[in-house]
Amino acid sequence: MSTDNSAGGNNGAENGDRSGTPEIRVHGLHKSFGDNEVLRGIDLEVASGEVVCVIGPSGSGKSTLLRCVNLLEEPSKGQVFVGGTEITDPDVDIDAVRRRIGMVFQQFNLFPHLTVTDNLTLPQRRVLGRDKEAAAKVAAENLRRVGLSEKATAYPGSLSGGQQQRVAIARALAMGPQVMLFDEPTSALDPELVGDVLAVMRMLADEGMTMMVVTHEMSFAREVADRVVFMDGGVIVEQGPPSQVIGSPTHERTRHFLSRLLDPAMAEVEDTPPPEPDKSV
Amino acid sequence: MTETDTRVQPRRRGLTRSQKRAVSRGVQYAVFVAALVALGLTADWDQLRNQFAQVDLAERMFPDIITLALKNTVLYTVSGFVFGLALGVVVALMRLSSVGPYRWLAGIYIEIFRGLPALLIFIFVGVAVPLAFPGTEIPGGTYGKVALALGLVAAAYMAETIRAGIQAVPKGQMEAARSLGFSHARAMVSIIIPQAFRIVIPPLTNELVLLFKDSSLVLFLGVTLEERELSKFGRDLASETANSTPILVAGLCYLLVTIPLGFVVRRLEAKAGEATK
Repeated sequence: MSTDNSAGGNNGAENGDRSGTPEIRVHGLHKSFGDNEVLRGIDLEVASGEVVCVIGPSGSGKSTLLRCVNLLEEPSKGQVFVGGTEITDPDVDIDAVRRRIGMVFQQFNLFPHLTVTDNLTLPQRRVLGRDKEAAAKVAAENLRRVGLSEKATAYPGSLSGGQQQRVAIARALAMGPQVMLFDEPTSALDPELVGDVLAVMRMLADEGMTMMVVTHEMSFAREVADRVVFMDGGVIVEQGPPSQVIGSPTHERTRHFLSRLLDPAMAEVEDTPPPEPDKSV
Repeated sequence: MTETDTRVQPRRRGLTRSQKRAVSRGVQYAVFVAALVALGLTADWDQLRNQFAQVDLAERMFPDIITLALKNTVLYTVSGFVFGLALGVVVALMRLSSVGPYRWLAGIYIEIFRGLPALLIFIFVGVAVPLAFPGTEIPGGTYGKVALALGLVAAAYMAETIRAGIQAVPKGQMEAARSLGFSHARAMVSIIIPQAFRIVIPPLTNELVLLFKDSSLVLFLGVTLEERELSKFGRDLASETANSTPILVAGLCYLLVTIPLGFVVRRLEAKAGEATK
């Protein structure tokens, strides 16, 4: 475990060195739904090969932030760059940009009318224009990576939640993304199925994939993340190496959140709306 | 939640529940038998038999009623259904469009063609279209006209069904497709509409049954002998022989198709219910 940690740390340092152009750059990002301002000015950079875990209470805007990075949500204000391209530029071909960004959802969102293999091949063929054989080859390779080769002909409905999520990861990988976004990938899973999905994500991190992960899995964040970002009330409250943010948080709100997460009974006591955000960090 | 109330209920006065149920069922049977007896005694059965059950007359209708009339009914229905389905998908997509005028146009279309009797639309297609566009022939002759008239009616109903089907596909499906790089249109065609169709197959089959019956309205377009369908065929023969047996036989031919179709609908609905579990 401790070797993992140090490896991750080294990785991060390395990436820090060659991060002339960060893979993801978010600048002054605001997002409102009607009168509800969910994001209140986010600045964030994710270097190539870096694994960033975003944590925070529900309603803190962390999923919205992630969804702004591939423009599933249109930012109200601010800029988002992915691989050096400003995707918030209205002239940019968003479909082309999204091909480089893999997204994994809480609810898996596999296509239920297609077999597992067709879930992987259809996007490759329709979006990337690959021919049938090439797409099938890439699909088989990625199913093997997530350990589900034997489910190639199954329909998603016959798989467990954990298997579905691994297929969803394989589907995203089959497009050859440079960045992977994970939106609470294990929150809809039965506890005993979480481990397999996290193992696949850990493998990706070890392979050097650039990853942004919204999660409640503190042990995953602690062991795999190069950097942990704590959000609350639509702002980034603090960020840094997991040992610092999770191990010894400097902000009261971070401490409060972590203590409630570790001791759920506390959650009942104080379920008040978050205090006015102070724009620290 | 799972524990049932085990307290002993105080004994009610009068009849127990099962006794009440027995009495209620007895009354319903009594009413049913009384109605049958009344019908049997009051109706003039000899007259009915003469008018509707002339076996030799019925025999004379075969095989034409199958090879010609039923065949035409099926042809009219299918052509109307195919045209209506195509138009219905277009109207449904317009209804869901982000372009305002498309939505309004589709809404107006649906309100008009759902609100008018199918008969008026047949007359309109038969009379108004040739007047409005003189010199233009609707391709396919009578079949084309029927496909147009039936399709116009069916599209209005099917558009609403298909729209509901598209909206019943979870939002995450479109998001997943978009995040994989599908354009909105391509995601609709490749991912959303195929799933929507699975949802709407039972109600669309129901629409097919309705169209099958509405195809009888073709007689208001004026058809040649070879173009007659079940209702026209039966009615012509009935007036020719001054006997209603052909009507009864034609009616049985409708049921020959609609009852199995109804069975298929229920099977599909049961299957769809299972799939969504």
